[in-house]
Amino acid sequence: MAEQRSGPPSQDRPPRKNGSGGGGRKQYFRRRKVCKFCTEKIDWVDYKDVRLIGQFVSERGKILPRRLTGTCSPHQHDLTRAIKRARNIALLPFAAAV
Amino acid sequence: MRKYEIMFVVKPDVPEEEVAKFITQMESVATGAGGAIEKVEKMGRRRLAYRIARQREGFYILFVVEGSGEMVKEFERRLKVSDAVIKYMTVRVDEEQARAAKLKEIRATRDARRPRSKPAAAPPAPVQAEPAAG
Repeated sequence: MAEQRSGPPSQDRPPRKNGSGGGGRKQYFRRRKVCKFCTEKIDWVDYKDVRLIGQFVSERGKILPRRLTGTCSPHQHDLTRAIKRARNIALLPFAAAV
Repeated sequence: MRKYEIMFVVKPDVPEEEVAKFITQMESVATGAGGAIEKVEKMGRRRLAYRIARQREGFYILFVVEGSGEMVKEFERRLKVSDAVIKYMTVRVDEEQARAAKLKEIRATRDARRPRSKPAAAPPAPVQAEPAAG
């Protein structure tokens, strides 16, 4: 994954020199999945926001695992509750036909 | 006093005026039982994610009410006996909102403190970092 190395003017980022990753994050080598709720600073996952939470269910209506979405543990917890509430009021399916 | 969000779904074939009438009726139910209405929102006609009472669509209405459990009980009873309502759900939101507000506050204070104290993480793209912070 050498795609990021070619950035010419940034003198601050020779990742080699400082050892692996310098600041501790391996942003240069692997695309790190980050929690959407943390980055967008959503601290309350609302069950009414179907557009948002709909991104975290599979085609069949299952809740996607954290390992796929990168959601952090506390937010996955909130998200799960929101999805279950949304299912209850028919905003999201319990099981969708494919 | 607790805050509740009561969401319910009305059959799509109920005429608009009747829905409005039903809403005002439910408002008086809530206030009559000692509740204070914060918001009433017609979320409009939506497709249901699954069929309820042989309907594929529904008219969503959201009440945000502050009141007691007794008030919710009466409110739900009225929803239950109404033929137009095909689904309802009550969610208590005050605790979650308090938690969210707290988190927000924590983040605000932390962000106010942080900008200078973490130069190690910032350097990769100083030019980009500026507008993001502002």
